[in-house]
Amino acid sequence: MNEGVEVAEEEAESRESEKERFYRLSSTDSRFKYELGRVPGSEKLLLCLQCGTCTADCPVARFSDSYRPVRILRMAQLGMRERVLLSDEIWLCATCFACSERCHQGVEFANILRALRNMAVKEGIIPQGFREIASNVLKVGFSNEITKFQRRKREKLGLPPLPNSNPERIAKLAEIVGFLSLIERGNEKNV
Amino acid sequence: MRRTSESAYLLYLGCAIPSRVLSYEVAARKVAEGFGLRLVEMPEFSCCGLPLDAISHDMMLVLAAQNLCLAEQQELNIMTLCPGCNGTLCTVNEMLKKDRGVRERVNGQLSEVGMEFRGDISVRHLVQVLLRDIGLKAIKDSVARPLKGLKAAAHHGCHLLRPSRHLGIDDPEHPTILKKLIEATGSRCLDYRNELECCGATVVMTRPTDATGERLGKDNVSLKITREKLVHLKEAGAEALVTVCPSCYRMYDVNQPIIERAFNESFGIPVLHYPELLALAMGIDPEELALNEHRVNTSKILQTM
Repeated sequence: MNEGVEVAEEEAESRESEKERFYRLSSTDSRFKYELGRVPGSEKLLLCLQCGTCTADCPVARFSDSYRPVRILRMAQLGMRERVLLSDEIWLCATCFACSERCHQGVEFANILRALRNMAVKEGIIPQGFREIASNVLKVGFSNEITKFQRRKREKLGLPPLPNSNPERIAKLAEIVGFLSLIERGNEKNV
Repeated sequence: MRRTSESAYLLYLGCAIPSRVLSYEVAARKVAEGFGLRLVEMPEFSCCGLPLDAISHDMMLVLAAQNLCLAEQQELNIMTLCPGCNGTLCTVNEMLKKDRGVRERVNGQLSEVGMEFRGDISVRHLVQVLLRDIGLKAIKDSVARPLKGLKAAAHHGCHLLRPSRHLGIDDPEHPTILKKLIEATGSRCLDYRNELECCGATVVMTRPTDATGERLGKDNVSLKITREKLVHLKEAGAEALVTVCPSCYRMYDVNQPIIERAFNESFGIPVLHYPELLALAMGIDPEELALNEHRVNTSKILQTM
């Protein structure tokens, strides 16, 4: 008896997940591919033929269950805007550029992925690690804070003292290019 | 076009090397000194912009551009040690020189802080400077203690070679620059499986998180990538891995014991920055290098000399 119930539940579950695998056409954004294709570096998005070379050569795809460049490209072409921009996968790229290098259609996936990340940031999504890097660059001009211990070690090894960066200038530039407001919005969303 | 001195370079260190990978900087300075290459300290430099490209391409462009402007003010070409910085500065330098629209936009932003990109310097990585300005023959001539017994292997690193359209340093599928430089020290340079494989560093460094703040890649994707190369090196019988990138170095050296524990394996493969290998061959006292900064013991290499 019990076994029968379990089987029925399992079947219902698998039907449910089967449904989730289909994406409603009404929730796609047919202009998304053009919006993305206008970003410098992403112009060849529509030339992707889904051959999968990018994915076959991707070191992350080899070891990840979910990261597939070819799938992200297809979803972008189909206008699955939210599904792509809200996904965790777009943050997994190792930026090794193997995909861009070997695509015979000249689709530079690494650039397209960067454009997708920039778009996700505009939606207020900035993963913790990137927020830390941004805050360090704004504070000290470098992606990591340079500690007193590290400075002393430089001295001990006979290395010249590190020149100070110019965080005021960087903050000014960050304001001009709209970087500061992006980070602030990201901080509000990711408390 | 302004004349720039060929024998002097502004040393652009980036973020990782001057704080976390000091051994690379120490050796690079020793080697430059040995060849009479004048390295000028770069004032007020900052992050190249690469790690911010994911957040804002415009911010990356303007950060790289202001670093290039600083070099233009010094009227010197830049020498980089980090291929990540090198790729970014080279690509942006080329883009700003060629694309008038982008140049005008970026210059509009830079003018607010009293800077202007002119486009009259070049950016070169240490390996290019060694091959181009010093040359293989002079390098071979400088070898006082040939590393004859050593079986080394090269890891060029992704950003040194790709995107080749912008960098053009070497054949991106069959690179030989680092191999030639290694062989110039008298050491052997082994071939091994999947030599072009990425080290996986960026996946670790940027620590991507999902919306709940939980760490992605908890299935250790990047360490699996790193491990695979160590396995291939072990199969080939490599006694040392030679890199020219602080991020690759950190993955293969600093994380090697972590990988050994996580996968219950032992590798014990020392990782050297190329200028360390060269410095040893040139007869520079190992005591003068920061070899004890390495996580994986390098004494085996000294024994082969």
